[in-house]
Amino acid sequence: MELIATLKLIEIGDEIEVLSTDKGTAADVPEWVAKVGHEMVEVVDHGDHWSVVVRKAK
Amino acid sequence: MGNRILIVGGGLAGTIIANGLCRQLGTQLRKGDISITMLGTSDKHLYQPGLLYVPFGKIRETELFRDQRKVLDKRVPYHIDPATNIDVDAKKVTTQSGKVHEYDYLVIATGSRLMLQNIPGMEEGAHWFYDLDGARKMRDALNEFDGGKIIVNVNVPHKCPVAPLEITFMLYDYLASKGVMDKTEITYTYPIGRLHALEPLAEWAKPAMDQNGIKYETFFNTKEVDPAAKTITSEEGETLDYDLLVTIPPHNGAEVITDSGLGDGGWVPTDRNKLLREGSSDVFVCGDTTNIPISKAGSTAHFEADTIVDNLVSLMTEGRWARDYDGKVFCFVETGMSTGTYVWFNYTTPPNPGAPSQMIHWFKLAYNRLYWLSARGLL
Ligand SMILES: Cc1cc2nc3c(=O)[nH]c(=O)nc-3n(C[C@H](O)[C@H](O)[C@H](O)COP(=O)(O)OP(=O)(O)OC[C@H]3O[C@@H](n4cnc5c(N)ncnc54)[C@H](O)[C@@H]3O)c2cc1C
Repeated sequence: MELIATLKLIEIGDEIEVLSTDKGTAADVPEWVAKVGHEMVEVVDHGDHWSVVVRKAK
Repeated sequence: MGNRILIVGGGLAGTIIANGLCRQLGTQLRKGDISITMLGTSDKHLYQPGLLYVPFGKIRETELFRDQRKVLDKRVPYHIDPATNIDVDAKKVTTQSGKVHEYDYLVIATGSRLMLQNIPGMEEGAHWFYDLDGARKMRDALNEFDGGKIIVNVNVPHKCPVAPLEITFMLYDYLASKGVMDKTEITYTYPIGRLHALEPLAEWAKPAMDQNGIKYETFFNTKEVDPAAKTITSEEGETLDYDLLVTIPPHNGAEVITDSGLGDGGWVPTDRNKLLREGSSDVFVCGDTTNIPISKAGSTAHFEADTIVDNLVSLMTEGRWARDYDGKVFCFVETGMSTGTYVWFNYTTPPNPGAPSQMIHWFKLAYNRLYWLSARGLL
């Protein structure tokens, strides 16, 4: 949710990183990003949390 | 440290803080060692959760308002003179009338505002209940409604995380009792891949919607509304027809926040435990306007305010911190016109809604009356 809201505020080409303890986020975000047409940069499992990086593409 | 406290915003958060400080700092206030001043936008205090009942004609408009002067402790001067610039380096707040207020401690509690204008066609094509004017128009539209397609469209970010589900189930009950539900189709749209950001609420909502034949579209981020064609289109490429569109508009923080360069979208970067503005040691942030990724709700504002009161009093009288905010949020959830449930959670405990019951619905209705006590800091 914060990701969607933040993407509206940044410029095209900017990247944002979401840190989440919720595994669901790591799965949901790539699915949504693909659907809307932004770009996934990476998803990293840090053990106690996930880091998900998205680039705004439009 | 000096002794002038300035509170910007006289909504729920600002009012609870002002009243709480007065109760704990009575002696200092009497002697004139400490001063508390509030800046606001209106002489009336609006009970926002009551707006949910307006479209169904279930609350009198006079019950929604109290005089701010009566809700706020007498010892706090209240200026209806909105802040136009907050300068955290010079420790000064400038107002619409051109006054400059210097402070030693600042509390920013300017809430959030509706941004219908962020979605093309929304203002013309949709109904909403997040402000009084919108709620009145929605009441008229529901009065006339005798069947067709209703869309409940949720945008982010927005305050009161449960209102979108509440309005959906209340619409269902209202239309069923009006006898038009058999000619009506309700579709609920949500931006992420499930029915609610809080997973347990999403899991609870799905069977409840299925059972009542309420349809849903997930991954629906609104791109535009065509008021003439009566369609709504998502960023994901879905277009839906509607006869009545009910939207939960996206929100931003107050204009003064962006104008003062204190945070994109009007959300102030805030330490989630101390509730201090990041980079400041004398600026507290409370309620909807923080950027903390938890629900923007009255209960959040209330629990945060209690923490800030305790810390400010300790800092001013003993030079130490009293406690951290633990992320606590509590929400009553109306699950129809006569049943309700509740959820609570904090930074470490996930939410878990109980089974809906009539008793909890009555609790919520009772709470609607108790709000004024809680704003006054008596609860
Ligand atoms: C329909 C609806 C239903 C809701 N239901 C619930 C519920 O059931 N439970 C729940 O917990 N929460 C609910 N909420 C949410 C709750 O009302 C808010 O989260 C809460 O009011 C936030 O408190 P706040 O003090 O941060 O903001 P607000 O109470 O909105 O106060 C902010 C104040 O700041 C003032 N202000 C803005 N800019 C300036 C400026 N430049 N200078 C001075 N003052 C300024 C505004 O005028 C306003 O008075 C609901 C909200 C709505 C709209």
